[in-house]
Amino acid sequence: MITSNRLYQLGGFLLPTALLVAFFSIFITYGPLGVLKADIPPVEKLIIQRVVFTPEHIDLKIFNDGPEPVTVAQAVVNEVIWKFDMLPDTTLDPLENGFVSLAYPWINGDPIAFTLISSNGVTFEKEVDVSFLTPTVDLAYIKTFVLLGVYVGIIPVLVGLLWFPFLRGLGTRWYLFLLSLTTGLLLFLGVSTIAEAIELVGDLPSVFNGAGLLLIGFVSAILVLGAISYKTEFYVAKGGDHVRSLMWAYLIALGIGLHNLGEGLAMGSAYALGEIALGSTLVIGFMIHNVTEGVAIVSPLTRSEARTKSFIGHLVFMGLLAGAPTIIGSLVGGFAYSPIYGVLFLAIGAGAIFDITFDILHHMAKGRWLSLFTTTNVLGFLSGLLIMYATGFLVLG
Amino acid sequence: MLPTFTKKLLLIVLFPIVAFIAYQFIPSGNKEFDYLALQQTAQEHIGATGKYQSNDFDPTKFLTTWNFNNLPAEERAKFYKETSLSNGTTLREYTFIAQDESIEVAPGVFFPAWTYNGQVPGPTIRATEGDIIKIALVNAGTKPHSAHFHGFHSASMDGSSFEDMILPGETFTYEFIAGPFGIHLYHCHSYPVSQHVSRGLYGAYIVDPKYDTRPKADKELVMVLNGFDVNFDGANEIYAVNTRAFAYNNDDPIMVKKGELVRMYVVNALEFDPINSFHLHANFFHEYQTGTSLKPDTFTDIVTLGQAERSVLDVRFREPGMYMFHSHVTEFSELGWAGMFMVMK
Repeated sequence: MITSNRLYQLGGFLLPTALLVAFFSIFITYGPLGVLKADIPPVEKLIIQRVVFTPEHIDLKIFNDGPEPVTVAQAVVNEVIWKFDMLPDTTLDPLENGFVSLAYPWINGDPIAFTLISSNGVTFEKEVDVSFLTPTVDLAYIKTFVLLGVYVGIIPVLVGLLWFPFLRGLGTRWYLFLLSLTTGLLLFLGVSTIAEAIELVGDLPSVFNGAGLLLIGFVSAILVLGAISYKTEFYVAKGGDHVRSLMWAYLIALGIGLHNLGEGLAMGSAYALGEIALGSTLVIGFMIHNVTEGVAIVSPLTRSEARTKSFIGHLVFMGLLAGAPTIIGSLVGGFAYSPIYGVLFLAIGAGAIFDITFDILHHMAKGRWLSLFTTTNVLGFLSGLLIMYATGFLVLG
Repeated sequence: MLPTFTKKLLLIVLFPIVAFIAYQFIPSGNKEFDYLALQQTAQEHIGATGKYQSNDFDPTKFLTTWNFNNLPAEERAKFYKETSLSNGTTLREYTFIAQDESIEVAPGVFFPAWTYNGQVPGPTIRATEGDIIKIALVNAGTKPHSAHFHGFHSASMDGSSFEDMILPGETFTYEFIAGPFGIHLYHCHSYPVSQHVSRGLYGAYIVDPKYDTRPKADKELVMVLNGFDVNFDGANEIYAVNTRAFAYNNDDPIMVKKGELVRMYVVNALEFDPINSFHLHANFFHEYQTGTSLKPDTFTDIVTLGQAERSVLDVRFREPGMYMFHSHVTEFSELGWAGMFMVMK
């Protein structure tokens, strides 16, 4: 009996599979592929992903994201036909990477435009706003970016943390105000992270399906954090408010850290690609903007009964968790950037931020959502949004 | 409690500042470059990459080809017939076939052209003032085509009205008397004209004066200035003299002799760009605007041509050597419209 049942089950699986295979082979052999593959000019696609400037020389990293092989026949730099060498050879198969190398007398600080002409006359273009020597893997570059990360990521967060003793001295009402202000900050940050990710999706070769990548990053962050909350529910409940607020603070720091990782990636690559100049105004803008992140991290802790001394180590660690990814991101972004990482990390960051925002709101509501809308909370929430909006003006790249 | 806390945080803030100062003393470690060698290398890299892959067109032969004189007699008879008439003129009968053809306009870059007889520019027509010209145009292409000649002809031979269009598969014979003498242009006038011209349907039409008082030329060269919109965005990507970008470069210059009279028939067939020009290095030429006068208009080293404008240029090279000629709309010259004369003793 058991064996025949098993056989039935196996058959139930195998029969549809076999049919599927049969249909596929029939389709491939006799199917209407001739109709699908219409007699139209080849759709050639090629993107110039990266431009590397060395003295009197430019290298282009290119990628074929179309369905057909592409042969690069000529290169044009600033409306001048220029001789080039190409690796691995002049024809790129779909999804293949290549390098075009041009001995060209480029001018420091000037914009520059590249056009590659395929054997079928299709053109692929790329413009760089400011040409300058691409940072090479040397100490000067690492120096610049570690310093940048420290300034933009770690210092502001730590400065934000410095308000902790002051915030601790405030009453319950102010605590609620601060907490709702934090949710406002986080919501703003989350939405702008999503917006940055969507913007990057546009840079992504279409074959990588940026929207799908964004969804995967966003949802998996929420799922992982949700699962962690579920697993640690008992422990948190036993530990009381102190553990919960510590947990929140960590989650906020983590979310902000992921956001900063994505932001660092984007910043490092934009710098290396010559798309932004990192002037002091921009860096200061980022710093002030990011101070609010420090405030966001400490706010859940201000009501904790435990002595400050007992979690000062945590605070420092949270500051690093939130800020240090900027350094990692900008280094990776400057050296080996691909918009894929940018989209993925920004999406994960956004997911984490939304998750913790919801968590805080859920807790504040205590099972009755309408109870959230006290004057204090509403004002706090709005202030959070407005602070982020206002400090955002300081970051005009 | 509080002071300790603040102290610790201050330490953390101080750390990056100390690190920053320390960093200032780390050498940047930039590589040393031989800038002069790199600059020299970059100079040598202007121009097209690679070699022409097809033999569909020979720019050097095109310079001295008219009335199909490049073909062996039998082959030539298919496209061209000469009959002397009693009044001393000549009846010249041509067969032109409009056909779609992929042509190579820069090394490795193929352009889906519309052509007269499979070539761009179309075959050069050459007649003497007063000759009777008959051109049977067979449309073997995919769109309506025509031939519109700059020169004297009756309204019914204009090739520009809707009923003048030769539909695919049809044939029409144009007939007119050659004149005025000069260097002219013919091109397709089907609509949109800009498209039919930029796709390659044009050529040179030379009418020699019946009584020529100009010095006799030792060498005559046909030069059609053109461009190609290879991605069909309404602007040219490739520019050339006689179709192939950088055709007469150092590897394949135009060979002339010192002191001989070189007569150039320059026709501007460029679309989309309003102005083109012809500039010669180290030598000056006599210019006969449109070739319609027997006296030169100017003595210069540059002639600027609007769309469809043309000129006859007479030059005697003064010294042996390599001399560049190019459009002095320099962006065109760097996109293919540049070449070399090699002057021998």
